[in-house]
Amino acid sequence: MTKNGMGAAVLRKEDYRFITGGGHYVDDINRPNQLYAYIVRSPLAHARITAVHTADALAVPGVVAVLTGADMAADGIGGLPCGWGIHNKDGSPMAEPGHPPLAADTVHHVGDQVAVVLATSKAVARDAGELVGVDYEELPAVASLEMASAPGAPLVWEEAPGNICFDWEIGDRAATEAAFAAAKQVASIDVVNNRLIANAMEPRAAIGEYDPGMDEHTLYTTSQNPHVIRLLMGAFVMGIPEHKLRVIAPDVGGGFGSKIFHYAEEAIVLWAAKKVKRPVKWTADRSESFISDAHGRDHITHAEMAMDENGIFLGLKVSTRANLGAYLSTFGPSVPTYLYATLLAGTYRTPAIYAEVKGMFTNTVPVDAYRGAGRPEASYLLERLVDRAAKVAGLDPIEIRRRNFIQPDEFPYQTPVALEYDTGDYGAAVDKALALGDWDNFAQRKEESAARGKLRGIGVSTYIEACGIAPSNVAGALGARAGLYEAGTVRVNPTGSVTVLTGSHSHGQGHETTFAQLVTEALGVDFDSVEIVHGDTGKVPFGMGTYGSRSAAVGGVALVNALEKIRTKARKIAAHLLEASEDDIEFKDGKLTVAGTDREVAFGEVAMAAYVPHNYPLETLEPGLEETAFYDPKNFTFPAGCHICEVEIDPETGVVNVVRFTAADDFGRVINPMIVEGQVHGGVAQGIGQALYEQCIYDDSGQLLSGSLMDYCLPKADNIPDFDVTTNVTPCTHNVLGVKGCGEAGAIGAPPAVINAVVNALAEYGIDDMPMPATPERVWQAIQSASK
Amino acid sequence: MPTKVSLMLNGEAVSAEVDARTLLVELIRDKFARTGTHVGCDTSQCGACVVHVNGRSVKSCTMLALQADGADITTIEGVASNGELHPMQAAFREHHGLQCGYCTPGMIMSALDLVKNNPDPDDREIREWLEGNLCRCTGYQNIVRAVKAGAEAMRSGE
Repeated sequence: MTKNGMGAAVLRKEDYRFITGGGHYVDDINRPNQLYAYIVRSPLAHARITAVHTADALAVPGVVAVLTGADMAADGIGGLPCGWGIHNKDGSPMAEPGHPPLAADTVHHVGDQVAVVLATSKAVARDAGELVGVDYEELPAVASLEMASAPGAPLVWEEAPGNICFDWEIGDRAATEAAFAAAKQVASIDVVNNRLIANAMEPRAAIGEYDPGMDEHTLYTTSQNPHVIRLLMGAFVMGIPEHKLRVIAPDVGGGFGSKIFHYAEEAIVLWAAKKVKRPVKWTADRSESFISDAHGRDHITHAEMAMDENGIFLGLKVSTRANLGAYLSTFGPSVPTYLYATLLAGTYRTPAIYAEVKGMFTNTVPVDAYRGAGRPEASYLLERLVDRAAKVAGLDPIEIRRRNFIQPDEFPYQTPVALEYDTGDYGAAVDKALALGDWDNFAQRKEESAARGKLRGIGVSTYIEACGIAPSNVAGALGARAGLYEAGTVRVNPTGSVTVLTGSHSHGQGHETTFAQLVTEALGVDFDSVEIVHGDTGKVPFGMGTYGSRSAAVGGVALVNALEKIRTKARKIAAHLLEASEDDIEFKDGKLTVAGTDREVAFGEVAMAAYVPHNYPLETLEPGLEETAFYDPKNFTFPAGCHICEVEIDPETGVVNVVRFTAADDFGRVINPMIVEGQVHGGVAQGIGQALYEQCIYDDSGQLLSGSLMDYCLPKADNIPDFDVTTNVTPCTHNVLGVKGCGEAGAIGAPPAVINAVVNALAEYGIDDMPMPATPERVWQAIQSASK
Repeated sequence: MPTKVSLMLNGEAVSAEVDARTLLVELIRDKFARTGTHVGCDTSQCGACVVHVNGRSVKSCTMLALQADGADITTIEGVASNGELHPMQAAFREHHGLQCGYCTPGMIMSALDLVKNNPDPDDREIREWLEGNLCRCTGYQNIVRAVKAGAEAMRSGE
């Protein structure tokens, strides 16, 4: 292993600025002469705007402008586009209503943008915002999937009868029905995947700026993918060509999916900045984030598993309703379809699968990807259903999984729901998790808990996910409206230091470290002489950003391909300098050597020769040492693993504590084990959050009841245990790094493991169901109902 | 009416005109341009804005700027000395106690106050003390490790 190279637990380069207060987040940036934006938002879930009164606000000293949806429409600003088109069962396209950044005639959810106040200070803007009078004619609203699906329910959009955006299907219905007809036993389950709010610790913010002399627009924004924002906002909303729009996403304080999407505020500040000819800055309050950041999950599902007499899975049918919110967010429709139902084979050989998904509109904040995005919903459903199936079949939950696993010699494995898994060893991950989690001695720990009056339960999940998003041609055939490649540039500077430009974006993942490790590994240069540049379309020409655990598997591979080009050119230069044949040049540990001799040049000398080409093969080789590679993956990657959770429940209070959590994950080859472990910790914590603490609640009028951090329970340090984490590596077969991605696994594998453990703990009460989050009240009520 | 507030910020005498409603965190960030202190919520839950006021950890979003008149304030920018990381800062890096970095300044400031009062905290004490500091990235385990290691380094350094 190269020191600081692939596989080394290198400490992070980026940490110094963060631990000394030297980070540069969007709200830390101020532009000369900037104004502050306050956004007037709808207090109603559904209403017609009959008038907007701005005079009182405009009279406040310091207020420069109050702009409305009508102003925006008059300027020809387009609607926020949806990046993914889904088709109905009959082949017709989904309903796709418009999404103006500022609503001009109708608001569709609490928090919908109505007007923007621009003033010389935050406080003045907010004061004046309170004086903007909006006359509303309230309309009936639907605040949940149940309300939206009720017969005669009010419509969110006239063009979506029944509030149905799409009615989509995947799999072979006839084959699945035949499997059920042949089944000896059937397990069924109804699950709700609770609605969540990502709550990255940094609230969203944006600064728009316009330079009339150059006709250049600049947007600073809290984004996971500035190039995607450039594409969507430039092409669809503002009509600005790429070369006149620079999008900068500097240090970003967490994303978890919620900062993928193109948001209204980004368009509003840039449009407003051009209009008033001053930079415009907007920073969300946390409470504002709750009603304007895209939410996640929110499914209702019924599923059945057909089995033979031995508990072998024969067929799976799934019917899901998915809440899309009031508007289609950037990737909203793809999450409950191609990122969800394609994962319903799980790690199992289920030969026939049929799933239908109704995407539904409600008068709530748009729903889109949140850590895992569709895959946690699939994993939760399947892993809860498999536990049910174990019960029906009279099998141990581990045994039924082992009987149905796709075996290591069956790869590549084509599932009945579109995906082809390249590699894996699910049984080996189970073995590792069982050993690390001391599964065999659980009964003893249960007794110890019982002696303290506590109920102890153990639960398992053997999840799979599709990551490394995505092969563009496949995604395109499935409805994606953009490419999903990644680009990387390696610029070797004349003195031998290396600058990398990557389209991947780090908002906590540590790319400045892991990508530098890849450079060190390939070129043998000093780790400290590598700089990773990301998050600025003015510096990095192209990219697609970070989501779907794609940075290493797509961005990392693009970088490695660019590094290989550098190595090739460096060999040519060295061959010239050493007067040898290129074929005889070995490139190792930062030195280029003529094989079998002691004649060598350091990589730094090659770099210098490339830029000071006095002794250089100019007839056949360009000077300079900079290479770019674009990489489009051949397939998704398929991280998988086994998570085991143990809980203790106090039957007197219903409080559930996770007391032990074990994860054995297959992420393929690992670049930096310290960082990978940290990603698992964070993902599992969010998974425990979903299972035990977090829930987004609307009342029937569409008011968000869980609208602040006082009402929405994020896991705290004393709610979460230490985790035991290990890996079981089967390298990805179709990328040169062998990596699969690790960012989302915890949030995917943990929720079913936790709930399976809770149900296991409550088994003695005859309880076999528990909705997420398993709050003390729900658990206590279940125990009381069962005790009666 | 703007009022003048004067205080010591990381050992430097500073003053500014503030409104009666200006929060301490706004004074620190907007007037004194020390942006290492972050704002993560509006209900005093997240702790990203923790600073030391006269040696005690305080959520600077819950204190008015005027209340800090005459106070001695330390922010994350004042923790390292002469370019040398404080042992607690070094421990956060050494133990991967941060990912996106947004909660980190508040975590470090809070941890320093814990260790001041409890030089050898155990895991449970650390977790309970940090209950007022939210982190969405790390799952807390490495933060707990970091605080423990930082405390140990502080003890052995004295």
